Amino acid sequence: MLKAIVYVTIKENVLDPQGSAVQGALHKLGFPEANHVRIGKYMEITLDTNNEQEAAAKVQVMCEKLLANTVVEDYRFELVQTVEA
Amino acid sequence: MRTAVLVFPGSNCDVDCYKAIEQTLGTPVEYVWHQETSLDGFDLILVPGGFSYGDYLRCGAIARFAPVMDAVKVAVERGAFVLGVCNGFQILLESGLLPGAMRKNTSLKFICQPQMLRVARNDLAFTAEYAVGEEINVPIAHGEGNYYCDEATLEELKANNQIVFTYAGTNPNGSVADIAGITNKQGNVVGMMPHPERAVSELLGSDGGKRMFTSVLNAWRERNGAVIG
Amino acid sequence: MAQSSVKSNAAKEPTAAQIAEQKIYRQMGVTEAEYELICGFLGRNPNYVEIGVFSVMWSEHCSYKNSKPVLRKFPVTGPRVLMGPGEGAGIVDIGDNQAVVFKIESHNHPSAIEPFQGAATGVGGIIRDIFSMGSRPIALMNSLRFGRLESERVKYLFEHVVSGIAGYGNCIGIPTVGGEVVFDEAYEGNPLVNAMCIGLINHDQIQRGVAKGVGNPVYYVGPATGRDGIHGATFASEELTAESEAKRPAVQVGDPFMEKLCLEACLELIASGNLVGIQDMGAAGLTCSSAEMAAKAGNGIELYLDEVPQRETGMTPYEMMLSESQERMLFVCTPEQEEAATAIFDRWGIICKKVGKVTDDGRLRLFHKGEQVADMPVQELTEACPTYNKPSKVPAYYEANASVDTTRYEEPADLQAVLEKLLDVPSIASKEWVYNQYDYMVRTGTVIGPGSDAAVVHVPGTRKALATSTDCNGRYVYLDPEMGGRIAVAEAARNVVCSGAEPLAITDNLNFGSPDKPEIFWQLTTSVDGMAEACRVLETPVIGGNVSLYNENTKGAIYPTPVIGMVGLIHDLDHITSQGFKAEGDAIFLIGETNVEFGGSEYQASIFNVVEGRPPVIDLAVEKTMQNALLGSIQAGLVQSAHDLSEGGLGVALAESCISGKRGASVSIESTLRADAVLYSESQSRVLVSTTQANAAAFAEAIGKAGVPIAQIGTVTGETLNVSINGASKIAAQVSKLQQIWKDAIPCRMA
Repeated sequence: MLKAIVYVTIKENVLDPQGSAVQGALHKLGFPEANHVRIGKYMEITLDTNNEQEAAAKVQVMCEKLLANTVVEDYRFELVQTVEA
Repeated sequence: MRTAVLVFPGSNCDVDCYKAIEQTLGTPVEYVWHQETSLDGFDLILVPGGFSYGDYLRCGAIARFAPVMDAVKVAVERGAFVLGVCNGFQILLESGLLPGAMRKNTSLKFICQPQMLRVARNDLAFTAEYAVGEEINVPIAHGEGNYYCDEATLEELKANNQIVFTYAGTNPNGSVADIAGITNKQGNVVGMMPHPERAVSELLGSDGGKRMFTSVLNAWRERNGAVIG
Repeated sequence: MAQSSVKSNAAKEPTAAQIAEQKIYRQMGVTEAEYELICGFLGRNPNYVEIGVFSVMWSEHCSYKNSKPVLRKFPVTGPRVLMGPGEGAGIVDIGDNQAVVFKIESHNHPSAIEPFQGAATGVGGIIRDIFSMGSRPIALMNSLRFGRLESERVKYLFEHVVSGIAGYGNCIGIPTVGGEVVFDEAYEGNPLVNAMCIGLINHDQIQRGVAKGVGNPVYYVGPATGRDGIHGATFASEELTAESEAKRPAVQVGDPFMEKLCLEACLELIASGNLVGIQDMGAAGLTCSSAEMAAKAGNGIELYLDEVPQRETGMTPYEMMLSESQERMLFVCTPEQEEAATAIFDRWGIICKKVGKVTDDGRLRLFHKGEQVADMPVQELTEACPTYNKPSKVPAYYEANASVDTTRYEEPADLQAVLEKLLDVPSIASKEWVYNQYDYMVRTGTVIGPGSDAAVVHVPGTRKALATSTDCNGRYVYLDPEMGGRIAVAEAARNVVCSGAEPLAITDNLNFGSPDKPEIFWQLTTSVDGMAEACRVLETPVIGGNVSLYNENTKGAIYPTPVIGMVGLIHDLDHITSQGFKAEGDAIFLIGETNVEFGGSEYQASIFNVVEGRPPVIDLAVEKTMQNALLGSIQAGLVQSAHDLSEGGLGVALAESCISGKRGASVSIESTLRADAVLYSESQSRVLVSTTQANAAAFAEAIGKAGVPIAQIGTVTGETLNVSINGASKIAAQVSKLQQIWKDAIPCRMA
């Protein structure tokens, strides 16, 4: 089986209020080197297939349709083989 | 005028929308379940606020796939009036019926408070009884009402006169261009973060939203004047 | 002892013999004597599942074993009481076949460990108590206590408790209409999170959690069971230590979306009439709900644990029975009702599974993988836990306080500076930072939201409304539990009267330290004496509540904090009154008598940095007369605004009425008392009222005729608060400036 690991983040050019808040907190905690903090979502989806090409195409559609709102969000994903249960 | 109030799992302003119609207009109003596939015969469709599907992925992201949303698209095509409030606005954005998207409020906190809005245009079915530039008190209650669209879309909204309401005074959530509510190019679909259904009587603190409902009833009467007499 | 006839599936779990030998029951909070009793009831040593079930059923949280003798002192009946303590929530008649259902409950211990989820699940739990009665929840209230808003930990707890309450209430769509927040170092490390829910019901819809009808199926509703919150009820019955911090898994995660669906589906089920009994799975989950439902019907229940929906693999009967996974309910229906009942949950997309049946043998029997894994008598589980009359002792601090002269403080020269300082005290300051995070308007019934003496919610379809307030001054209760207990009830009643309501009844949340300490037990029992007396005089019976003990850490116990949740009935919308001054030229009255009473006052604590002496004295007969006279005047339409005098006395009350009304006032008082006492004494049974000039004489006459002291002290005017005492100006402050101090106090500390 394959597992898709999907990352959804706010687009680079869009203000990410959560990221800004966390960055401010990191600076207050003494990490001035921490910059460009972006907060996103991490999702794991197990797919009942071993065909990587097919899986990639499916996951892309999932991202476009539901998992990300491409007006404000970017997404990327990777596929990994999972050990059969 | 027949009004539909859509009900998604997690809608919670459906009752308020229903009551607003019942009390301010007294016209027929029905709840319509998210699995319904037709909105034929409804003249006004209210997409209520709340937390459809818990807002768990993104506000409105799952609700847009409900069967009733296809019926909403059909109704929009035939010119029915559609008003999305709060979560309802978010659903209209996610479904592409209106442009843009929502982000968390800049304060990162849910904000519930009375809110002054400025009316940007009164040539719409929903705003005919207001004056342009009039300031009205319509409360807000949301955690993600920080409206976003890119520069090009904003220019388009402005060029087509699609901005309906802006926040007067301090912008509570950081929205682009102080936008509180917008419409589609045809002007029959309005989405807004503030809650007009919560502002229909002085007992509740304001009746600033009441004229949105009376306006749309009048617009419907004018449209159907010949038929109804 | 005979050998156990029932087997345990879990190989890793200790056997009945090991439990006995190694005294494993002690780790579960079961005493030697209690263990012996349990063995007697079973006729053998309990196995791991059984001792686990007994330990939660016999925890303080479920059995009230330490507080029951104390709770018996409360008056629990009255002409309007339809249901008193014992069921999920109490019910009070409000006429026209309608009734109000309400209850308060604590989630203190979970919130101390994980503030967001602790507070959120506290809200979720109390909502289930209300809708499982068949009632539509219409409002939420809360009462919160934190340490001083100085340390990062306190700020963290405060911020996350508030967002936890907001997160749950907002999502489920029940308005959080008010409450109280107090900051005091006595709560450092032991925050108090008490949530109250109010619902409406028609008399004929009232449900009881009974498993009636032998052979009827038992249904499980809600999300699958996980390993969350195991031993939560026992956890809430212990002191917080470093060790309990390590027991973090005891905290459950809330899902308000699921509960919203569950609420709608259950109310639909109840409206359809297709059920026999329903109860929520709160503390001790499946154990408590099944045992109580069986016990109340005098029946037994069999549960087939393989049928219980499970979120995790390999769960043992012990884990399933003790899990506190949230948003679950248990209901019983007849076989004829099954199809219609399950169809409702299908439509809402909620799991609804048959997990057992009602039996006639009075036993709770559990089956797992084809074997009987537990067999216990339900009456003994629910009723036979021993109750303890703990030793009680008057604390040394109380004796010592008798001789403290609370008038010995030197009067500050600048009393306006005192007012400004008091308005900046977070407990007194504006709570807008808090309540703007709560959706207090959803359901469009909120007529008066947070920030006034009481919140007011409209009863749909009528001219009636409900007023509600939560109150307790822990300092008063600490200094004198009896007087403090009386004042807590009286003030809550005064708050709802000020909003135009007739006080109906209360729910109480007794938050105390460890009852094992005689001084703490004395605080508990003495304060209940005071509360009970006030309830009798003010005719507001106790219809339910909650006890939270062991609120202690290594630094000591919290202030004894018996929080009162009061509900009053406003007979007509026209009677609704708020605290803000309404119109230029209105007359301002002070009703009630002022004495030099600084013990436990905010003035004493904030200006002189001590909490000592005796608190203000209250005469309950005087209070009752005053409340009746004031309510009569409000109902007669004589009153423009009314504001109860509490923390910070007349000075703070004047400032608040000015700020809320966005108007100034010119006040002139003649008094033989010291000026600081006139302004900041916290004498009881006092209210600040404004009337139109036209009604001033009639109002003064109505109050005076009742024998209540009244003085016209000024008029509403301009944009400045001016107060002079015996001709000397003491306060001359722009209302906008006072408002700024009062509004900024909390946001500035949280920035």
